[in-house]
Amino acid sequence: ATGPYSTDEAPNSLEDITSYNNFYEFGFDKTDPAAHAGKLTTSPWAVEVDGLVDRPGSYDLVDLLKGLPVEERIYRFRCVEAWSMVIPWNGVQLSHVLDRVGVQPGAKFVQFTSLARPEEMPGVKAGLLDWPYREGLRMDEAMHPLTLLATGIYGEPMPNQNGAPIRLVVPWKYGFKSAKSLVKITLTDRMPYTTWNALQPKEYGFYANVNPEVDHPRWSQASERRIGAGLFASRVDTQKFNGYGDLVADLYKEQDLARDY
Amino acid sequence: MLRDTIHRGLRPVRPWMVYTLGVLPALLLVIDVFTGNLGVDPVKTIEHRVGEVALQLIVAGLCITPLRRFAGLNLIRFRRQIGVLAFVYATLHLLVWITLDLQFRWSEIGADLVKRPYIIVGFAAFLMLLPLAVTSNNAAIRRMGAAAWQRLHWLTYPAAALAGLHFILLVKAWPAEPLIYMGAILALLGLRLIPRAAPRRMPA
Repeated sequence: ATGPYSTDEAPNSLEDITSYNNFYEFGFDKTDPAAHAGKLTTSPWAVEVDGLVDRPGSYDLVDLLKGLPVEERIYRFRCVEAWSMVIPWNGVQLSHVLDRVGVQPGAKFVQFTSLARPEEMPGVKAGLLDWPYREGLRMDEAMHPLTLLATGIYGEPMPNQNGAPIRLVVPWKYGFKSAKSLVKITLTDRMPYTTWNALQPKEYGFYANVNPEVDHPRWSQASERRIGAGLFASRVDTQKFNGYGDLVADLYKEQDLARDY
Repeated sequence: MLRDTIHRGLRPVRPWMVYTLGVLPALLLVIDVFTGNLGVDPVKTIEHRVGEVALQLIVAGLCITPLRRFAGLNLIRFRRQIGVLAFVYATLHLLVWITLDLQFRWSEIGADLVKRPYIIVGFAAFLMLLPLAVTSNNAAIRRMGAAAWQRLHWLTYPAAALAGLHFILLVKAWPAEPLIYMGAILALLGLRLIPRAAPRRMPA
């Protein structure tokens, strides 16, 4: 492992990681992103930073990240659909980027907005969800050292189907929190709109922490299928906070996680 | 007429031959297992594919009566085989879920069977198909009497609706596919509600 935040578990192959994706901007099927994301234009790429920040504006991606340390982080990745992978991300800590733009004291939450470009994204064109995709974190979650703005996998630039050129990675939360292809970061004083929560609030909470004790209303979260493990050895127990409890449980010590799911 | 051409063409086809055809989806799946063609999540692929074949066979079975009634196309002698195959694939679907997916985690399986609407609904559909499969032979019809046998086999209708619902309940958001299956099932059931002839006026 590289550094205190990475797991020792063997990462999935690049093929696993790039051929099995939920990225509804390209369609509902796991294979749609690999099939359709090739068309996505990722350069140039600007990220707008707005809301309660000292230095708002539209930043070229290169400028936004210039000089910040890019780290390899091998994280477990747990989907709300009860499958998981181990992914070797490359990226910068979100906290470093937020420090760079200057978070104002009144900011309590961060909203992330993904690209919604119908001419390159068939799922956006088809209106599969309420686009653009939006996600959010509480400020302490956003500033946590585990929280990553990932720009690559296996040392290569982020594959389009995984959320090129820059995406969020929050390893102790269900995968849908880790919004892809980010075009906007908004600092706000109230809990922001998030796509899945708005669509089905009883099923997808704002926090969405991985938790085997709190089931999805329609399926169990007690265990997960580890993608790439083959036909007969794929199911493992799900860990609370996806195994990152030592690092993040304190953030929620005042909260009832069955209520704040 | 097309109908007569189909009838003529099907004359040499014996009902048991439907089983030969019905083995093909399973055979393709086995080939895909050995050629590594199931993608990175083979368990889900197998589970979904056998489930979907079951659903397709249920829809096919529901088509037989409306086809005869509204198109004059008589395929009734193949209906039993289609129904039995639907049951076989539904059973495979259940077995894949227990063995490859849940891997005999009985406490989770048990919890799912009482807590998860999509599991409850799917399992209920399977339980309804069970007596139908067991009685899918002439001896059962003779023993039960045609009327009672027919009444029992009306279980096909709730089983089909529950199978369609099972699919809808397990997806996120609203993909088209499960909705299309449900739409087809409900339409095929709805066709059966159309009165056979104009109702006769009761004398005053």
